[in-house]
Amino acid sequence: MPVTDAVFIAFQTNDDTRAIVDAIVEDNAQATVARMPAMVKIDAPGRLVVRRESIEERLGREFDLRELHLNLISLSGNIEESEDEFVLHWGK
Amino acid sequence: MNMPVSGKPPKKLSLKENYALLTRGLGWETSYEPMDKVFPQCDFEGIKIHDWDKWEDPFRLTMDAYWKYQGEKERKLYAIVDAFQQNNGQFNVSDARYINTLKLFLTGVSPLEYSAHRGFAMAGRNFKGAGASIAAQMQSIDELRHAQTQAHTISQYNKFFSGMHDPIHMFDRIWYLSVPKSYFEDAMTAGPFEFVTAISFSFEYVLTNLLFMPFMSGAAFNGDMATVTFGFSAQSDESRHMTLGLEVVKFILEQDPANLPIVQRWLDKWFWRGYRLLTLVSMMMDYMLPKRVMSWSEAWTMYFEQNGGALFNDLARYGVRMPKYHEVATKEKDRLSHEAWSTFYNFTHAAGFHTWIPEESEMKWLSEKYPDSFDKLYRPRMEYWREQQKQGKRFYNKTLPMLCQTCQIPMFFTEPDDPTKICYRESQYRDNKFHFCSDGCKDIFDFEPEKYVQGWLPVHQVYQGNCMRPGTDPTAPGFDPLAELLQYYGFGSDTPGEYLDSQDRKNWEQWTGKPGVST
Repeated sequence: MPVTDAVFIAFQTNDDTRAIVDAIVEDNAQATVARMPAMVKIDAPGRLVVRRESIEERLGREFDLRELHLNLISLSGNIEESEDEFVLHWGK
Repeated sequence: MNMPVSGKPPKKLSLKENYALLTRGLGWETSYEPMDKVFPQCDFEGIKIHDWDKWEDPFRLTMDAYWKYQGEKERKLYAIVDAFQQNNGQFNVSDARYINTLKLFLTGVSPLEYSAHRGFAMAGRNFKGAGASIAAQMQSIDELRHAQTQAHTISQYNKFFSGMHDPIHMFDRIWYLSVPKSYFEDAMTAGPFEFVTAISFSFEYVLTNLLFMPFMSGAAFNGDMATVTFGFSAQSDESRHMTLGLEVVKFILEQDPANLPIVQRWLDKWFWRGYRLLTLVSMMMDYMLPKRVMSWSEAWTMYFEQNGGALFNDLARYGVRMPKYHEVATKEKDRLSHEAWSTFYNFTHAAGFHTWIPEESEMKWLSEKYPDSFDKLYRPRMEYWREQQKQGKRFYNKTLPMLCQTCQIPMFFTEPDDPTKICYRESQYRDNKFHFCSDGCKDIFDFEPEKYVQGWLPVHQVYQGNCMRPGTDPTAPGFDPLAELLQYYGFGSDTPGEYLDSQDRKNWEQWTGKPGVST
């Protein structure tokens, strides 16, 4: 299995997701961001992590990772979710 | 009640603990009725489940969170629908051609949302495990929400444009709508495991990105604030459904090695069924959006070949391979939308939406996006039709097309290795000959012929005289079969056919002062 297979996550473009996208880009050095009308798609090879703390720092308030559901459009990859991290990855 | 003695509030449960209590504590082993009688559909498909407790929903959505976030989604959506209506948003789209995508969506997709609501309610009832049941139940509620929000949002367009006044009536009758209808009924009449593999995995995980991502982004690009909002609101649930789909497949495969061949056959079948269904989406993207975001071919490359390819690479550790005939779909990506649009151009006088020949600038876009196929194979045809139209001879095909027995799409697809030759396949079954558009559809029929011989094929039904209003006398002098068919479809006084000749176009120009064709 090529390890370079990408996982992705896509959000609606709005003020709520600006901080989320910024946090993801900061936490995932290999992430690439594609901006399309009304949506933003972030791809990363093999693994992508969404960290609660990074989002909270940008929003200046507490953030429950399940709030991601409100603006989520699509994703790809196996999911590991805890209170602190939402991870997409291929492989076990 | 569990009031703590110390007076201190109990420790808040972690996400994992909360989810575990919901999905483990709520199920039970029955005592006075055997489990197999309570869950009679859980075994006949041959899927072996040894331990339902191994079911892990990765999102671990609990009821309190579910209702909280769904409520918030609804409030956001309806605030936008209000604003859209109050500001006459229906006149802010690129031009009235765009609205034909909504006619197709409301009559062809929204009824599927309602079918999914029913299907997941049934699947949820039939699974023995509480985790799977709860996920299916939440999805059932989501799907009802989608059907409702789509009807509410598009109802504003219905006040001004034709073709959106009775989607459920049309869904049960119009020829091309038998394609989505029969697709979903095929899934709903299967067992619960095949149903969720078909809908949650093959359709939602593997294929719906092609509908909801580029098409909804396209709706935004064409100024349709309302549609992009309900589309993405639905899609936010869809991410959870996709995850359910992947979980279902992994769970089944991990439970017993004997499940693999059954699942692989479902993946082959439902990939092909879903791909054929998306033919309608290909032409929405390439022909029906006046302002285009990406071509069908580009979307197929991105969402199926790359993202879908990564998914199947990952599933290889379970012994799963890419769905059969995926390479045929890839060969067809440069022709699918053109073949489909040409067919609807032929038969648009009996369709609930308008068709047209693309403008010169749009043909240029198609040439750029399809350098190997458009100029050579499809442009000459479009130019010929345009010329005929200028001479007042707009072409309508006065016969009815032969349909594929499996997907029910007219047989317009071409040979995988020759885009100039129509692809015909056939099978004998009980002294009858059945026709197919592809090897994929023929294989599906051959495995379960008893199911597919029962298909309600619209063309057969029309010729058998079953598509008329009650009391109609087809032997009466002056009987016009086409006119009667359109009444049976419920078109009322609307005039189907060419967009340039349509009431929609005239109204658009009169009400907005903008040209009916924006490019």
